[in-house]
Amino acid sequence: MTSTAFNRLGTIAFCLLFFGFLFGPLIIMVVTAFNSSSFPRILPWDCFTTDWFGKLANDAKLLHGLGNSLIIGAGVVALATPVGLAGALALSEVGPRLRGILYTVFISPILMPGIVIGISTLLFWGRIGSGLGFGFDSIFFDGFFLTILGQVCFISAYSMLVFMARLQRFDHTLTEAALDMGATPAQAFTKILLPFLRPAIFSSAVLAFLASLENYNTTVFSIVAESTFTTELASKVRLGIDPSISAVAVVIIATTLIGAIVHEAYQRRAQALAQGGAAAQAILANPAAAFIRHPATVGALLLALAGIAVYYGKGHDSKACEQSILDAKLLEQQRLQDEMRARTQQQQQQAPAPAAPAGSAAPSTPFGGVFAPGGLGGAPAPAPAAPKPAPAPATPFGGVFAPDGLSGGKPAQ
Amino acid sequence: MTKTVTLDHVSIRFGNYLAVDDAHLEIAGGEFFSFLGPSGCGKTTLLRCVSGFVQPTEGRVLIGGDDMRGVGPNKRPTALIFQNLALFPLMTVAENIAFPLEVRGVSKKERRKRADELLDLIALAGQGDKKVTELSGGQRQRVAIARALAVQPDILLLDEPLSALDLKLRQHMRTELREIQRRVGLTFIYITHDQGEALTMSDRVAVMSRGVIEQVADPVTLYDKPKTAFVASFVGETNAIAGKVTARDGDVVEIESASGLRLRGIAAGGRNYPIGETCLLFVRPEQLRPDGGAANVIQAKLAGDEFEGNARHLLLDAGDLRLRMMLVNDGRMPDVPDGVVKAGFDVESALVLPDGPLAKG
Repeated sequence: MTSTAFNRLGTIAFCLLFFGFLFGPLIIMVVTAFNSSSFPRILPWDCFTTDWFGKLANDAKLLHGLGNSLIIGAGVVALATPVGLAGALALSEVGPRLRGILYTVFISPILMPGIVIGISTLLFWGRIGSGLGFGFDSIFFDGFFLTILGQVCFISAYSMLVFMARLQRFDHTLTEAALDMGATPAQAFTKILLPFLRPAIFSSAVLAFLASLENYNTTVFSIVAESTFTTELASKVRLGIDPSISAVAVVIIATTLIGAIVHEAYQRRAQALAQGGAAAQAILANPAAAFIRHPATVGALLLALAGIAVYYGKGHDSKACEQSILDAKLLEQQRLQDEMRARTQQQQQQAPAPAAPAGSAAPSTPFGGVFAPGGLGGAPAPAPAAPKPAPAPATPFGGVFAPDGLSGGKPAQ
Repeated sequence: MTKTVTLDHVSIRFGNYLAVDDAHLEIAGGEFFSFLGPSGCGKTTLLRCVSGFVQPTEGRVLIGGDDMRGVGPNKRPTALIFQNLALFPLMTVAENIAFPLEVRGVSKKERRKRADELLDLIALAGQGDKKVTELSGGQRQRVAIARALAVQPDILLLDEPLSALDLKLRQHMRTELREIQRRVGLTFIYITHDQGEALTMSDRVAVMSRGVIEQVADPVTLYDKPKTAFVASFVGETNAIAGKVTARDGDVVEIESASGLRLRGIAAGGRNYPIGETCLLFVRPEQLRPDGGAANVIQAKLAGDEFEGNARHLLLDAGDLRLRMMLVNDGRMPDVPDGVVKAGFDVESALVLPDGPLAKG
């Protein structure tokens, strides 16, 4: 084998590992959303089901949290974008030494742990509120108000970075030219700089919205009595997970994919048009091609696909399959129980044990009675030193904590 | 309408750095006036001072007799054409040209009409809906001029607008700019480091060096009668020979160079040259003749020969001196026995100027 072939194999292997590492969890998550097993898992595969999405759609708490998240996200976008823009503009205007200092100050909220921001937001506004004599029902103790302000603290720094990157490519003589031609500074800003920054405003808004939506560390403190999507999800997970979590993941992944594809279509089109020449002609000359390549068409098509998927998903009924799986399970359980019963009978016949547990009374649960209250109490019975196994109390602790447990254990008595 | 521009003892300082040192001159209405100098000489700062982006530290700028102190760039009757043109990339050609009208609240219809008129003027009729990026360099140049002319300024300021163009286009635009200036009759203030541009287009030229205006004169005077060593060496090519004054006879000064050559030239710079003073004698390459039959003769070895089509440049080596001689290419090459040239020049074609810094290059 030549070394180039070896290199190529190595590259392919690395790529596979890398992408597996990146997307493996997502793929597994997506698949588990369609398994009817009540725990998110792929194997054993029970039935294809869409019930988890139905469960998700009927989860009032989660939906309420999502609504709150959207409101907070909109508020954060509305505040963080202008604040970030102002910061970036300030940095582009000041001298190099002051710029270094200001940059560090503006960026520091990103470096600060979210928890610290959350708690300090809560305390700061609470103190101000009570200092001014407002009660707990005032805005200073309102979860929305606090969460928006807390998130804006660091999300506006993200926005600022986006704007700074764009501003670095701005030719400041354009502003001077506008001024020279009679524009007021305000006109130069709205007619020259803002149009140039439009793509950055869009990116910054998307970034701010997503950062707000997925934030937990800060929100969990500043949200006070309310809840958002993430805090609701977190409390859900704490109580135990079922595949409706996977269904959430599927919805988020699908939304992201649609957004990304539409954005890509938009960029390609804009790029082709900006380049001009043959590529632009190919789009402009042929109305059909122009229609297909238009990002709105792409978006509509993807949404329609998603709609169809939802429609057919709703119609899908996995009850029959689930029933058959359940029947099979019950059957299997029955068989195991029979086997066990046969085995114990055999043992009893062979040698009557000193204190045989009441095996025949094993409850018919999927766990074979391991968690049955009497399960443990009965188990220590075969121990040879046990003096009086019969009155052993039926507790999970095997009677260790029973009042007479200790005295009864002493062989001297 | 044209207006005069007066620089009244203008000095501009950036911290400790003196960018413009006591500029004092008046530019007449309708004049094509150039500031010529190497980069960093303060000419752009001076232009930005006239347009209002920089405030003079001392002195005043007057436009049409009005003191411009405290008047912002958007309130001055000047239009600046930037070195990089500063066309708005997100607007079409017509929108660019109509921008000065847009910010003055002129209606859209009116704007379009005026833009079309101006497009006619710059011979780009019917191209108003193109993007700026679709135009060639020369077309962009003309769009920038049209945009500056849209609101009929009194003074047009141009900051090296041709430096980004290739040679052919630059030469073409020189004539075109001069033509536009005659047609609209505005005061043009032109900034350049290219003496060719300054000399061909301007009515008058101010040569600047290190923030100081060395000389203000029309192009012919500037070339033939430079007042300082810097102007003599910056405008056009020349040979500078340093020496001490040994004799003086009326206008004629005799100097002795370090290697003992005695050369005579006309005293210039408007001053006396006492015996023994160090000074510089300048003679242009085209004034040197290879035949040796002149008042001043320098014997030199032929060190190089550059052929440039219409002209031939001979590089001469005369001990501690290096000279350039230019011959019109008339098909004849001078006779150079043993590679020795007797370079001669007349007294009248040599200028004696006080010692001073020379232009680099």
